Amino acid sequence: MTETNLQVRPAPPAEQPPVADPQERSERTFVIRPAPRWPHLDLSELWHYRELLGTFVWRDIKVRYKQTFLGVAWALLVPVFTATVYIVVFGKFAKFPSGLTPYPILVYAGLLPMQYFTSALNGSSISLVSNANLVTKVYFPRVMLPLAGVLTPIVDFLIGSLVLIGLMAKYSTWPKGLEFFLAPAFILLALVTALGAGFLLSALNVRYRDVPYAIPVFMQVLPFVSGVPYELSQIPTKWQWIFSINPITTVIAGWRWTVLGAHAPNPGQAAVSVAVAVLLLLGGLAFFRSSEPRFADTI
Amino acid sequence: MSAAIAAAGLSKRYRIGQLQSSYGTLRESLTRVAKSVASRPHRHHHEDIWALRDVSFEVPEGQVLGVIGRNGAGKSTLLKILTRITTPTSGRAEIRGRVGSLLEVGTGFHPELTGRENVFLNGSVLGMKRKEIGGRLDEIVEFAGIERFIDTPVKRYSSGMYVRLAFAVAAHLEPEILLVDEVLAVGDAEFQRRCLGRMQDFGESGRTVLFVSHNMQAIARLCERTILLADGQIERDGPSPDVVAYYLQSGQGSGSFRDLTDADQVWSDGLAKLRWIRVVQDGRTVESADVRRPIGIELAFTVLEPGQPLFPKIKVNSAEGEIVFNAFDTDSRWHDPVEPGDYVATAWIPENVLNEGLFTVDPAIASLGSGKLLPHAGARLVVSFHVHDPGEGDSARGRFTGQLRGVVRPLLEWTLEER
Repeated sequence: MTETNLQVRPAPPAEQPPVADPQERSERTFVIRPAPRWPHLDLSELWHYRELLGTFVWRDIKVRYKQTFLGVAWALLVPVFTATVYIVVFGKFAKFPSGLTPYPILVYAGLLPMQYFTSALNGSSISLVSNANLVTKVYFPRVMLPLAGVLTPIVDFLIGSLVLIGLMAKYSTWPKGLEFFLAPAFILLALVTALGAGFLLSALNVRYRDVPYAIPVFMQVLPFVSGVPYELSQIPTKWQWIFSINPITTVIAGWRWTVLGAHAPNPGQAAVSVAVAVLLLLGGLAFFRSSEPRFADTI
Repeated sequence: MSAAIAAAGLSKRYRIGQLQSSYGTLRESLTRVAKSVASRPHRHHHEDIWALRDVSFEVPEGQVLGVIGRNGAGKSTLLKILTRITTPTSGRAEIRGRVGSLLEVGTGFHPELTGRENVFLNGSVLGMKRKEIGGRLDEIVEFAGIERFIDTPVKRYSSGMYVRLAFAVAAHLEPEILLVDEVLAVGDAEFQRRCLGRMQDFGESGRTVLFVSHNMQAIARLCERTILLADGQIERDGPSPDVVAYYLQSGQGSGSFRDLTDADQVWSDGLAKLRWIRVVQDGRTVESADVRRPIGIELAFTVLEPGQPLFPKIKVNSAEGEIVFNAFDTDSRWHDPVEPGDYVATAWIPENVLNEGLFTVDPAIASLGSGKLLPHAGARLVVSFHVHDPGEGDSARGRFTGQLRGVVRPLLEWTLEER
């Protein structure tokens, strides 16, 4: 053998990839072993991947209104249009009482968190399947995907809030006092609820593609049992307790209280809602983590 | 020298049902549950498949390790476990250092985003920090050669530009351990050369590389050591040339005969379908053909619909994935619409044309339409054959005993005048 064709062909400019600085060299050893019987969450790992979460959110925001004619104006049009329907049907025809605030603003203020919840739940439930190419090709903590799904719609929520500010100016209803600063807490409650349900549904969706069909059905009912077209304080107290099992009821009541100065939610009922949301989050996360080892195989 | 990867007893079990209906509706699974309750005696009906069984090996830091084996031998499962995409059923592995994987270039590219945006997206999906990506952006764009289009959405890119950009990102990832799966199956020959070159750089700069491929030439060239997987177990582990030779001789390669009726790399648009293909010499199916005699590629196909002038076509590729030639039957018998029915066409590659080495064949049934070849049925890399030279002095090699480089090796006629 004097000559062999196993020689290297003209390699690209022989620029040597700089060998990582010894200090930079991560001595991160990780061990691969069968999926643990009990799911747990590795928080230090989540921190390590925090930038990726930002990247997912950034991507989803970037892509959201690409190649639409009206673009980001949709974030205003959707709630305004829906609110108009509610105001005409329930305010004008059915003559729903409006409590302490003018009816249009009551409805719009209710719809905003409602629509945030809807987008967040939709986004997080489909997050695994719509990123199937990533799930089957690269490792990263999968909880990032539903988490990004509930963070992205915050942008639409903030844009939609501009209309609320306009309405508040028109009807001169301004936040009454310091409770205004509690407003984000109620949106956080909506986020936690959506995330809990999103963990559960996104993991289910990997196996059963029924999820995207079932959600809209549920979402058609939700505004009516969450108090979007009315104030919770207008229904009998014993029913209010049952309604508060649905955390979104407290989200809407609390949001109206902090922003519009409507009736404050009953603390006991709020506690029930928060407990339900936290349980949903923990249960959803546990289910998600225990199904996670099989995602790449079944998706 | 410590081990960068140490795997001990890795096993992965799939339930057959899990493979077949990878997802279903809730109703299906409810009926399944109902059925299994109703017929309790047959409960253990599902079968298990061990995609990987008790695989143990160590890769010292800085080694370039090849992994070969036929489809379904467990190569991809092994990579998926090492990259933590899926978990093993039992066993463990320890990995020391930052892992980068090229399981597919362009993972996570979003068509609506611009080239620049995708570099950031793809880079951070592959584990780079935004700062790192920003620092290397110019280098990446230059490597891909797409400066002018960096702010264009990638859905407007040609497939070549897309792949170049994707690879450029992956190539600038700087892991200590690189896991690669068949990136070289995509792109043109030039691009594949760059991939190999980049991988070679990685290996030479003291990084650990685990390279899974069907490309024996590339394996032999890049890897000092190779593992052969068969049915989820390690069948051979040793110096690459030995393992590659063993693999090719044991007939586990793609083989020189292939039934195409339900192979999964075969497609058809309904006008015609492929049945089988084989490599023949002197009337026999051969794995290894003598360079001095014609080599026949026999392609059996069925014409399903009348009214179309079709013809058989083959593409012969070298082991490096370069196209050696494309050929189709230009005889006038194919000028008129072909009657439905079964046909066997044989393409004869003349003696003393191909060089020694491994070749693969992509068969197709095509028609001509407005100056283009329109494929109606085809398959990729379905058969392979070796060309060898017994070295008896009557080939183009003459009395030279070494190897002549090149894809073809014609026996030329030389003339000589004295003047």
